[in-house]
Amino acid sequence: MQEFLRKTVIERLQRQILDLEGYKAKPQHQHQKLGFDYIEKYFPNQVFPTGTIHEFISTQPEHTASTSAFIMGLLAKLNTHQGIYVWIGKQRQLFPPGLNYFGIPAHQIIFISLTKPKDILWATEEALKCQSLSGVISELEAITFAQSQRLQLTVEKSKVTGFILRTQTGPIHATACAARWQISPMASLNLNQLPGVGFANWQVELLKVRNGNTASFSISWHNGQFHTIENSVPHPFIPHAIGS
Amino acid sequence: MIKRYVSIWFPHLMADQMAIQQKELEGQAYVLVTQERNKQIIIAISHQAKKLGLKSNMPLADARIILPSLQAFKYQALRQQKLLKMLAEWFIRYSPNIALVSPDGLFLEVSGCTHLWKGEKPYLQEISMRLKKAGYHFKIGMADTLGAAWAITHYAENQIVKSGEQLQALLPLPAKALRLTDDTLQRLAKLGFHQIESFIHIAPSTLRRRFGEEINLRIAQALGQQPEAFEPISEPHPYQERLHCLEPIQTAKGIEIAIENLLENLCSILQKDDVGFRNAILKCYRLDGKLQQISIGTNQASIHVKHLFKLFELKINQIEPDLGIELFIMEATKVETLPKQQEALWQIQAQSNLSEVSELLDRIGIKAGKNAIRRYLPQEHHWPEHSVTAINDIQQQPATEWPNHKLRPTVLLNQPEPIQVSAPIPDYPPMTFTYKGLLHRVIKADGPERIEREWWLNEGKHRDYYYVEDEKGQRYWLFRLGHYHSEIAAQWFIHGFFA
Repeated sequence: MQEFLRKTVIERLQRQILDLEGYKAKPQHQHQKLGFDYIEKYFPNQVFPTGTIHEFISTQPEHTASTSAFIMGLLAKLNTHQGIYVWIGKQRQLFPPGLNYFGIPAHQIIFISLTKPKDILWATEEALKCQSLSGVISELEAITFAQSQRLQLTVEKSKVTGFILRTQTGPIHATACAARWQISPMASLNLNQLPGVGFANWQVELLKVRNGNTASFSISWHNGQFHTIENSVPHPFIPHAIGS
Repeated sequence: MIKRYVSIWFPHLMADQMAIQQKELEGQAYVLVTQERNKQIIIAISHQAKKLGLKSNMPLADARIILPSLQAFKYQALRQQKLLKMLAEWFIRYSPNIALVSPDGLFLEVSGCTHLWKGEKPYLQEISMRLKKAGYHFKIGMADTLGAAWAITHYAENQIVKSGEQLQALLPLPAKALRLTDDTLQRLAKLGFHQIESFIHIAPSTLRRRFGEEINLRIAQALGQQPEAFEPISEPHPYQERLHCLEPIQTAKGIEIAIENLLENLCSILQKDDVGFRNAILKCYRLDGKLQQISIGTNQASIHVKHLFKLFELKINQIEPDLGIELFIMEATKVETLPKQQEALWQIQAQSNLSEVSELLDRIGIKAGKNAIRRYLPQEHHWPEHSVTAINDIQQQPATEWPNHKLRPTVLLNQPEPIQVSAPIPDYPPMTFTYKGLLHRVIKADGPERIEREWWLNEGKHRDYYYVEDEKGQRYWLFRLGHYHSEIAAQWFIHGFFA
């Protein structure tokens, strides 16, 4: 009995801490399965945190391609309706016809190119304030803790999900983001041993999850869906083992 | 109070306009024609053509008999109306009240205007000089009534009828000068009444019995015994607000208050007309006589004071008040009808609001420039560089679907970059390639996908694209330019990165 009481008390306290940190968990009855519990399970309360900032690290163009596609896939899963997205960066490198494959028609994205990092930060903050947007993706070389905190405070009010693409090489310092991801390409998935290049396959590393544990797993995208090894269609050929 | 009217008649309005636009037509004989059943009928003629004996309403074929070298152009009725309206607006500098007399004349109400040009004669001279300079043929006349002014411009030589002398001026003119209908004119001609003096003194009751009420009305109007409707064109009023300051303004806060004030006033004016700001300009007149101005633009017509204020706020630091600003003028340089509240075009979430997004883009656009904000729509071209088009509009929807049948890279280089490859045999994907000094071993490959140039757009060699994956699982889009050649080494490029 005491054991049970202690458990509930601790659970309640944990939830309170989360609330104080601006990490609002959806009440249980509202919790909609977004259809990717294979990702959601790594986050506190088994809920993918929306209305917060996610940080992605990619230093090479190959990784940027994978990361962008992964974000597009996430956005497509998070928003069942067609939303308006804003992509802020130095120069557009994304190839719009390539994005449709990952579930977001490119005409739904408004691209904003700015040259100064300061302007990008300002525009990102302004965009995150706009509740009509379904997602804001911002390419930033670097972001300081204070800056990330500021963005976090903005989204707590507006409930817009922000994605920061950090392209900086070198040491990575702490930020106030809900999660830090690193997506790198890995050998494509050839179902049924078909020749040629198979479906896009990525190694996803959750380097930091606020109030959660780090994780590393592989995920692939085909037929407009994310697939992990567990939920992918049965096929005789098993690709690389899943990371621990 | 006695009113004075000026009538201006442009007998060759459309023809003159053509000569103004195309200098080589000046002094030439040419006509404007329109198709009527299977005949081409002359509608308007140039001054020179008239001198040679051509008339309007003549078939073009007949005119060509008189003048074989006659040039004919198509007549556009709408353009004439537009041109007349434009001229009328131009004349507002001479009088506040201008009325159109379709199809080729204008009325100016000039009561109390002429003394500004030191009398009626200099006033008409000034107008005549300006019109002549512009290249128009015209006749002009001034009288107490519209009817008399019209009559003397069309049928008399003298320009000014002195106040109260309408009757004398009308007497020698033909009956046509009274603007009567053809029916009445024919009846008058049958009875031998060719000039106004021959019937003007007949008792009205007798005239009415013979020719109907119209003739009495026209006579009375010409003599000023009965009023005639004068419908002035509405002046294009600028959306402008001014704010005088009792004390010169030097602080940013002061400017902010001024902007808020002006915006509120201007927005309420715009709202009445159901239009909103697209572009606005704020002019600040400084004590030292210098002018400072800032301008804003929006993506969507807006009368949202708070939002517009934010746009101006971003630019306040560009104003140098120096000794102080004594006068603010805000003008809406471009207005547009306000958009409908509900946007059906974007099928978006219930809470999404397009105007909120466009307000965000306005703010960013002010800071970064309009060209920084882009959306991309698919184009029906296979050539990768041509397959998308950048647009500024935030509402435009794609005319075609995004192509789904071919896999395209997620990241595309702005310029294909050359790489060194080793390919085993022609038309095979490369075994290895070196990009930025790094050697990539190709493990898997798809292709080639040949994309031909659109020869009607640009010339050059075709590209054979390969989708390859290296040993690290990184995926690339490579292509070889043109065909294999036994002597010249093939050129290979990297063009993009797949997810």
